[in-house]
Amino acid sequence: MKAFLILEDGTVFTGKSIGSKREMISEIVFNTSMTGYLEVLTDPSYAGQAVVMTYPLIGNYGITPDMESKKAWPDGYIVRELSRLPSNFRCEGTIQDFLEKQDIPGIADVDTRALTKILREKGTMNGMITTDENYNLEEILPKLKAYRVGDVVSKVTCSEKYVLEGSGKKVALLDLGAKNNIASSLNKRGCEVTVYPAHTTADEIISANPDGIMLSNGPGDPADCTSIIEEIKKLYQTDIPVFAICLGHQLMALATGATTHKLKYGHRGGNHPVKDLKTGKVYISSQNHGYVVDDESVNQEIAVPAFVNVNDETNEGLEYRGKNIFTVQFHPEACPGPQDSGYLFDRFMEMMGGAK
Amino acid sequence: MPKDNSIKKVLVIGSGPIIIGQAAEFDYAGTQACRSLKEEGIEVVLLNSNPATIMTDKDIADKVYIEPLTVEVVEQLIRKEQPDSVLPTLGGQAGLNLAMELEEAGFLKNNDVRLIGTTSETIRKAEDRLEFKATMEKIGEPVAASLVVENVADGLSFANEIGYPVVLRPAYTLGGSGGGIAQNSEQLVEILENGLRLSRVGQVLVERCIAGWKEIEYEVMRDSNGNCITVCNMENIDPVGVHTGDSIVVAPSQTLGDKEYQMLRTSALNIISELNITGGCNVQYALNPVSFEYCVIEVNPRVSRSSALASKATGYPIAKVAAKIALGYTLDEIKNAITGKTYASFEPMLDYCVVKIPRLPFDKFISAKRTLTTQMKATGEVMSICDNFEGALMKAIRSLEQHVDSLMSYDFTELSDEELTEKLALVDDMRIWRIAEAIRRNMTYDHIHEITKIDHWFIDKLAILVEMEQALKTEELTPELLKEAKRIEFPDNVIAALTGKSEEEIHDMRHANGIVAAYKMVDTCAAEFAAATPYYYSVYGRENEVEETHGRKKVLVLGSGPIRIGQGIEFDFCSVHCTWAFSKEGYETIIVNNNPETVSTDFDIADKLYFEPLTPEDVKSIVDLERPDGAVVQFGGQTAIKLTESLMKMGVPILGTSAENVDKAEDRELFDEILEECQIPRPTGGTVFTAEEAKEVANRLGYPVLVRPSYVLGGQGMQIAINDHDIDEFIGIINRIAQDHPILVDKYLQGKEIEVDAVCDGEDILIPGIMEHIERAGIHSGDSISVYPSQSLSQAAKDKIAEYTRRLAKSLHVIGLINIQFIVCGDEDVYVIEVNPRSSRTVPYISKVTGIPIVPLATKVIIGGKIRELGYTPGLQKEAEYIAIKMPVFSFEKIRGADISLGPEMKSTGECLGIAKTFGEALYKAFIGAGIKLPKFKNMIMTVRDEDHQDAVEIGRRFAAIGYRIFATSGTARALNEAGVKAIPVRKIEQESPNLLDLILGHEIDLVIDIPAQGADHSRDGFIIRRNAIETGVNVLTSMDTAQALITSLENTDIQKLTLIDISTVQ
Repeated sequence: MKAFLILEDGTVFTGKSIGSKREMISEIVFNTSMTGYLEVLTDPSYAGQAVVMTYPLIGNYGITPDMESKKAWPDGYIVRELSRLPSNFRCEGTIQDFLEKQDIPGIADVDTRALTKILREKGTMNGMITTDENYNLEEILPKLKAYRVGDVVSKVTCSEKYVLEGSGKKVALLDLGAKNNIASSLNKRGCEVTVYPAHTTADEIISANPDGIMLSNGPGDPADCTSIIEEIKKLYQTDIPVFAICLGHQLMALATGATTHKLKYGHRGGNHPVKDLKTGKVYISSQNHGYVVDDESVNQEIAVPAFVNVNDETNEGLEYRGKNIFTVQFHPEACPGPQDSGYLFDRFMEMMGGAK
Repeated sequence: MPKDNSIKKVLVIGSGPIIIGQAAEFDYAGTQACRSLKEEGIEVVLLNSNPATIMTDKDIADKVYIEPLTVEVVEQLIRKEQPDSVLPTLGGQAGLNLAMELEEAGFLKNNDVRLIGTTSETIRKAEDRLEFKATMEKIGEPVAASLVVENVADGLSFANEIGYPVVLRPAYTLGGSGGGIAQNSEQLVEILENGLRLSRVGQVLVERCIAGWKEIEYEVMRDSNGNCITVCNMENIDPVGVHTGDSIVVAPSQTLGDKEYQMLRTSALNIISELNITGGCNVQYALNPVSFEYCVIEVNPRVSRSSALASKATGYPIAKVAAKIALGYTLDEIKNAITGKTYASFEPMLDYCVVKIPRLPFDKFISAKRTLTTQMKATGEVMSICDNFEGALMKAIRSLEQHVDSLMSYDFTELSDEELTEKLALVDDMRIWRIAEAIRRNMTYDHIHEITKIDHWFIDKLAILVEMEQALKTEELTPELLKEAKRIEFPDNVIAALTGKSEEEIHDMRHANGIVAAYKMVDTCAAEFAAATPYYYSVYGRENEVEETHGRKKVLVLGSGPIRIGQGIEFDFCSVHCTWAFSKEGYETIIVNNNPETVSTDFDIADKLYFEPLTPEDVKSIVDLERPDGAVVQFGGQTAIKLTESLMKMGVPILGTSAENVDKAEDRELFDEILEECQIPRPTGGTVFTAEEAKEVANRLGYPVLVRPSYVLGGQGMQIAINDHDIDEFIGIINRIAQDHPILVDKYLQGKEIEVDAVCDGEDILIPGIMEHIERAGIHSGDSISVYPSQSLSQAAKDKIAEYTRRLAKSLHVIGLINIQFIVCGDEDVYVIEVNPRSSRTVPYISKVTGIPIVPLATKVIIGGKIRELGYTPGLQKEAEYIAIKMPVFSFEKIRGADISLGPEMKSTGECLGIAKTFGEALYKAFIGAGIKLPKFKNMIMTVRDEDHQDAVEIGRRFAAIGYRIFATSGTARALNEAGVKAIPVRKIEQESPNLLDLILGHEIDLVIDIPAQGADHSRDGFIIRRNAIETGVNVLTSMDTAQALITSLENTDIQKLTLIDISTVQ
């Protein structure tokens, strides 16, 4: 069955329908990872967005037990080609079936490179995937322009708190749309991880007396998370060590008076170099963010930049002065992507006084 | 960290002659690195014995020494030039080993020279088996468990420890004979007992068997600050067991999940960090296909064939970045030259799929075993890029130029299912074609995988291609079907054959339906950033992104495709220089080529690079888009010449000598007319199609005769026949491939063989020099030792050669280059035996030793320049003050079963140069450059034909005089002893021990002189002697002339007194 990808600027790509046949409108973003399509599909940070994979051959190793959350989150999925036959010793099914079961509409046979170039040149924009051959651009374009990602954190966070048992440090993980490997990385280091829903109050977390607080990654515009920011302000006031990733990093910055802005087309992939400003060492990182903390908005008395993106010099991390707080824009938990910055979890362990 | 300013003068060591396993990739890496160093204001001293390379140009380095790569030479050179640093990691294993020897001997330290890039400690850790194993164990990286055992009991207990199956490799046996894989203790005992007996040192290596695992490679970079990145990973379609150089390889990996990908990536970074590598490095893994278990197979702490492939596959210039790192820069300080925006410290992301296929030399070595093993056999490779795997594979197949264009090109329909199943287990260059046949017969993927261990994913891709064959055969050709066939890169001719239509009809149907090739850019970043460097590949069914260019005149330069015997790196040298020359003249240059190992496919050589197959259809798609003002075909070897006619049909003017005149030189009858008109004698002969006709001509001329197909390069299929029986056999071999053109039969003249390259502007000619071959006619010019200037020609003969060259060039209306081979009999009888109105193998060599930039000159002439106006005096140029000898280099030890005797068919893979003031020294340098370092044990064997006895006596006497002990077979021994040259008779190999073979296997023989009979020599004896000698590292000469040259060099030289010549000063 034919499917169409219609962009806000009126560009139409014709392809083949994959996954769910329902129509969807979303923000279209591209990811350049060559492996890890399943981790991308199950990363809650993609809620409210449809993902274009720039690597043309997707689904080669099928569906493996590598989901980063319980379900797939993107509104839509755009690829060049889905593999007819997946092959891997851990393969449990095909990506075609997975998309259908997860009710994700998608489109294949798209010139994903041409699409990526449009997004690169014009910036991230909204789009629709439809199987309706009689689509009417005049009707659709205003709808596309009207689309807003909205409050997606509430959609992706867990509904109730839960605990990953461990005999070491007690970590409170605020689930803003956390990927599984954040909790696993801590759990592997012996931590008992209590995962809290995004709208948990600071008081509840503080009263549990954790050794450290972890703010996770998550979807959407950080500035929309006003009530969460208010709670994070209270966390900042305590002396509990805090480590934050991606959205968590942005929210901590916002909570301490900095601002964020939307990048033209974001950073999504597994090849971004980030430089540790203390050592000058460069790490290849996994990234997935559309917004970034404005370096110049950071009050130097509150925090100093700790990491910078080597490509475009945007902020990649902050170290808070006089506080045991450290936040990064990239993803040390990887999955997908390079594991080079996994050592940051060790650093968090040290912030909490080392492993028990 | 900024540049280390204490580095001012760097010695770069190249890799020497092209041999199997060490080919053009090092010229590419070396050239890129030298340019990168010069860009930083560093003075570059270059040492490489290979004159065919671009890196040995005076434009690339400041001082250029084309001298043998020996410790003595490097020491002398360092004393002379006093560089402050040596960069050893660009010249392959040869360069690395040399640098290590110097370091270990303390020479570098004593002379205040340091190794930059990777340190000697690192090199040792990576190269020494035991140190490497210890290092890997230290950081917890697994290597395949192995142990050297000297008795069965130890073998059994070790095998029990590591588990079956195990591989057994006896030490020091011929080609690994006596080894094998044991599945259980019973088999182990059997194989091990035998192996211990066969091994000269009584040792067998017992190793965990990882054959059948996935073979994965990572190319990694690291700087002195410890920053690491991976440039690319690659997956071998052929599982562990086939050398990666002989495997079909895909980039990036296709069947690895992110977990496996990152696990191995992290491992590679851990290894490069622990080894403290600064620069590029290649790490090879075996990955268990059914678990996360892996083993590190090997680490190469230098640029390599794989790194060249990774550079071309991703656009990331590894050698350039490695050179900058050696100067002290860190990855985040080095700009990515492709995007101009990002830095070297980012990992390339591909939005396409790359396939590499090796070019194997079995068409040259018909008797050789086609089996692929851990010993590399490929001479070169092709790479292709597409947005789907099937398409990339199809493009790579037709880039090979081996008469293959689809999965139907080898026919296995005659095999029964049982035979096919059996043959699926055979690992050779035709395996994917047999798998395709198995798929056609509906054999299951599981069955095929069980036998081949090739991943199901790849088998399914082959199945998709097979299904398309079926669809085209059985269904109506709708635009949709055609579109799908083109998406997976079925060429028009194959579609035509399957659908019963003509190629033209398919072409027209495509264009009527808008099914045309579009071009996408290789930009290192999957379109995330705008790229500045136009490097393109074709796809179907997508948007074209090539920017239209106007303004300057456009020239299309056709490259020479994969490196093969007969068409080597020399033609890349010519293509690159021609491109540079056109650029200087203000042209926009476009290169089309498919060889990832070459300089011509580097991203900044031409204004635009199309990484595409060199077939008429693929070239036409580019022409349709670019509309070039002209095309040059005379620099790209036979590959480019073959495209002449098609280009003319496309309406592209051929710049330089016209197609019609190219034809005249190749078409026997037309050429005979020209020779007659020019009053130039040639050996008499005739053209034939069948063996009967050939025998008739041969008997009329009288044996021996030379038999060869027309329109070939490197003497492919050329043979000397001495009787009717030979004719039957040779014509049979030639006609195995359908011939479009007649076969030539010529009287075989035994005389001096002379070769000339000349530039002609339509009126005047310029001959840089006359080259004389040491071996008499009958041995292919590419396999002969070539001497410039000629040493034995009379002035009259030289004058005749110059005059004939002038007449021929004029009469063929040559504009640009012409190569002519002559035979001189007696004092002044000059015959023409071959004319090639194009660039030749000797052009780089003769350019360098005469100082005349032949290719740029020819290029200027092609666009209308005149030799006189360009500042040259026409005619034969004054002889240079040096004698320069080009020595062929062979890779026989790599190809099991190949007959090494020299003849009209070319067999050498590369060449080196010996240049000196005297003939003796030049010859000596050439021999040691080719790796013939004598004397060692001063024992030699002679076995020659009766007619060579006189020569043998003279040569034997001279070898005896410098202290050689001569062993000889009965006839030869008798002749020698009768003439007073002491020779020890030895028994022939079929006789009882001790015989000739035992002598060779005793490892104390320096040299075997074995002259095989002419014609189809079926003597197993000679063949076995030569193979055994080669495989045990003994030098074998099969021509009396070569033997004579060798003894001359040994008599005349003293290694301590070599003069080193900076070739950039040669005028």
